[in-house]
Amino acid sequence: MTNVPIEGILLPDEKHNHESPSNWKEYFSFSTDHKVIGIQYLVTSFFFFLVGGIFAMVMRGELMTPESDLVDRTVYNGMFTMHGTVMLFLWTFPSLVGFANYLVPLMIGARDMAFPRLNAVAFWMVPVVGILMMGSFFVPGGPAQAGWWSYPPVSLQNPTGNLINGQVLWLLAVAISGVSSIMGAVNFVTTIVKMRAPGMGFFKMPLFVWAVFSAQIIQLFGLPALTAGAVMLLLDLTAGTAFFDPAKGGNPVMFQHYFWFYSHPAVYVIILPVFGIFSEIFPVYSRKPLFGYKVVAVSSMLIAVVSGIVWVHHMYVSGTPGWMRLIFMMTTMFVSVPTGIKVFAWVATIWGGKMRLNTPMLFALGALVMFVFAGITGIMLSSVPVDVHVNNTYFVVGHFHYVLYGTVTMGLFAAIYHWFPKMTGRMYSESWGKIHFWLAFIGTNLNFLPMHPLGLQGMLRRVASYAPEYQFWNIIASLGGFLLGMSTLPFIFNMVISWMQGEKAPANPWRAIGLEWLVSSPPPVENFEETPIIISEPYGYGKSERLTANLPE
Amino acid sequence: MKIQKILNILTLLTGAIAVTSLSLWIGKQSYSWLPPQAAAESLLIDDLISFLVTLGAFIFLGVTSTLMYSVIFHRAVKDDFTDGPPIEGNITLEVVWTAIPILLVLWIAGYSYQVYEQMGIQGPSEIVHLHNPLGMESAYAEPKDAPANALAEPVEKIDVLAKQWAWVFHYPERDITSTELHLPSDRRIRLALKSQDVLHGFYIPAFRLKQDIIPNHAIDFEFTPIRPGKYRLTDSQYSGTYFATMQANVVVESPEDYQQWLAQAATQKPSIANNQAASEYAQTSHQSVQTGWVTVPPAAPPLVNSPG
Repeated sequence: MTNVPIEGILLPDEKHNHESPSNWKEYFSFSTDHKVIGIQYLVTSFFFFLVGGIFAMVMRGELMTPESDLVDRTVYNGMFTMHGTVMLFLWTFPSLVGFANYLVPLMIGARDMAFPRLNAVAFWMVPVVGILMMGSFFVPGGPAQAGWWSYPPVSLQNPTGNLINGQVLWLLAVAISGVSSIMGAVNFVTTIVKMRAPGMGFFKMPLFVWAVFSAQIIQLFGLPALTAGAVMLLLDLTAGTAFFDPAKGGNPVMFQHYFWFYSHPAVYVIILPVFGIFSEIFPVYSRKPLFGYKVVAVSSMLIAVVSGIVWVHHMYVSGTPGWMRLIFMMTTMFVSVPTGIKVFAWVATIWGGKMRLNTPMLFALGALVMFVFAGITGIMLSSVPVDVHVNNTYFVVGHFHYVLYGTVTMGLFAAIYHWFPKMTGRMYSESWGKIHFWLAFIGTNLNFLPMHPLGLQGMLRRVASYAPEYQFWNIIASLGGFLLGMSTLPFIFNMVISWMQGEKAPANPWRAIGLEWLVSSPPPVENFEETPIIISEPYGYGKSERLTANLPE
Repeated sequence: MKIQKILNILTLLTGAIAVTSLSLWIGKQSYSWLPPQAAAESLLIDDLISFLVTLGAFIFLGVTSTLMYSVIFHRAVKDDFTDGPPIEGNITLEVVWTAIPILLVLWIAGYSYQVYEQMGIQGPSEIVHLHNPLGMESAYAEPKDAPANALAEPVEKIDVLAKQWAWVFHYPERDITSTELHLPSDRRIRLALKSQDVLHGFYIPAFRLKQDIIPNHAIDFEFTPIRPGKYRLTDSQYSGTYFATMQANVVVESPEDYQQWLAQAATQKPSIANNQAASEYAQTSHQSVQTGWVTVPPAAPPLVNSPG
């Protein structure tokens, strides 16, 4: 069918058949269907999650003993650099973009994204980034070894003397990933602003859409800085310019400004959609409307705004004058206000509800508890005097792994289980899901909690060897890390078996309220036969209102 | 009905008292999670950490016990698929819990600012050519808990040179070089931090102090050691292949012992210091099978009067 213009945006006039993808090939070929692209993002990023996890295992193996004895120091340095890079640029970012791709058009009643071909191009840049990153293992000198920050001058040291080296490939990959994300951001912002179904005012949008909207606005103002910094570093490395090279009069601290101006807000780009996932999941499994919907929606935008003025807290001890340290301490701490509002709203949503502890709810609750912990250590880190002590120690590593594994990755698993029936048309196995949850929850805490005492005692991050007094907590952390690695096996098993031969899923297995649950599982191409007309607010649990004026419910 | 309400209030009160006392206890424990307090600044920072741990424990226990209570008592009965009460919001409650974090943030920031000002650790100011608008002049004053004579006779400014991968300490008055940092206790120490190649970080966990060292920048750093003993100085800013080996001993001793060490070191002829990075590099480059990737060769080990 030909598409109708919606609020001034023309959809591509392409022939689609009305069936959802029926075989594997469609998921591995060029498609402009936002749902296929969403699943392409998810599967690709999960592959790299496993790659990044293997790097982590090697590191935890090395850290079992104080000496540097499992792998060579250069190999260890390459491992932590690639672990950080892969987990951020090839796991958390693309997997959340995958969810946003799949869900946003469905949730706002649109037939596709505003620019479907741009969407597909943005996705296909992700495998290119992955190939460049993995290819760096096979060039002289091996992969980048300067950490995921790649601070100059270390990142400018090129012991092989070759032009093609791991650091060059790394910078190219990061720059391409930046371009891909900017394309995605333009697409998401346009889609959300222009393509909402009639009747869906901003304050009738699901909170996941609000969260994606805020996160993608951060991408628009932040990513150009990172991409510019990466390109300048690339020129320093290959063309002999002197932006950041102190030996030629450049300023290495400038790179830190370029880098963190984006890379701290990047954490909010990752975590805001996870907050959105929490806001979708808690009402369904508590059977209550989301408490304080409007405040929660606005708090996402507030986080996006404040995120633009927090980056210097990564640089308290890197030659930042006192007055600047104090201003950024205030702005950083202020992030806890909108975040605190969200946490209170989720707790109030759960309070007095009729809760069901299905796998998605277990993952969301576990992630919420670990997020509260991460928030508290985050406040400690924002305080300049405390940061002076624990900066660059395992305390920081523990804190952000509670954010990135405890909250983001666990939140992603919650989302995968919750929307699995919608995406595949099959139900997953609840008992395997629960085994996965408990292994992951125990593994996460065993792995990352010991990092806090280690950091307080002064153990530095990025070290291949350490003083013997740190060994006890390192062994616990490594065992936790191996358990965490194991915990993905029941997940993979569950997903593969259920996708192939799980029970057929109905359109709305959780009796959830939301447009995506009004279409079949999996949804047809172009989602809606008839554009829905929205007549009530989201999360109307217990109110028995109709969500749309025209779709059968 | 009335008895139910009284019971609820009693449960809430008991919970609040339990959470508060547990948080206070955890806050007290936090001192034992930290290294010995070897500098005046560490006293201030540890008090701040304990305060934040207490507050954090209160929030964490408060939120998780509320969640646990819901998980246990607000579960759906099997086969009950009806919805919960459709409560959407409560303006008073929302205003209160927006105000609470704002007040907490102001409290924490105020306290942190006070501690930071008392530390007066200095650092570079030439990167941004602006005068301190926030009254950081007092940063030059001694820390509150420092011994009274700490500023009476400040120590000469000791030069600290960081390179891949060694620390070199130079005492200009007697022209002594050492790979071990000797410091008199109860004196205000002044360091001039310099880097020869990449970013390094000056970090002594027992002092709770850290400062990045940037090539082409002279960075002043001040603090007051108060507890004689031997501590470790580490490089806190990732500096390449042998980053983890870049450590040195810090010896805090009485001013008399310190003078004696200076005098003794001055009589010694300079010799080549031991250097772990250099010896590991020599070892791996002689291996017949290379197990790693090429690396930047370490700088030559320093010539020192006192190899430590």
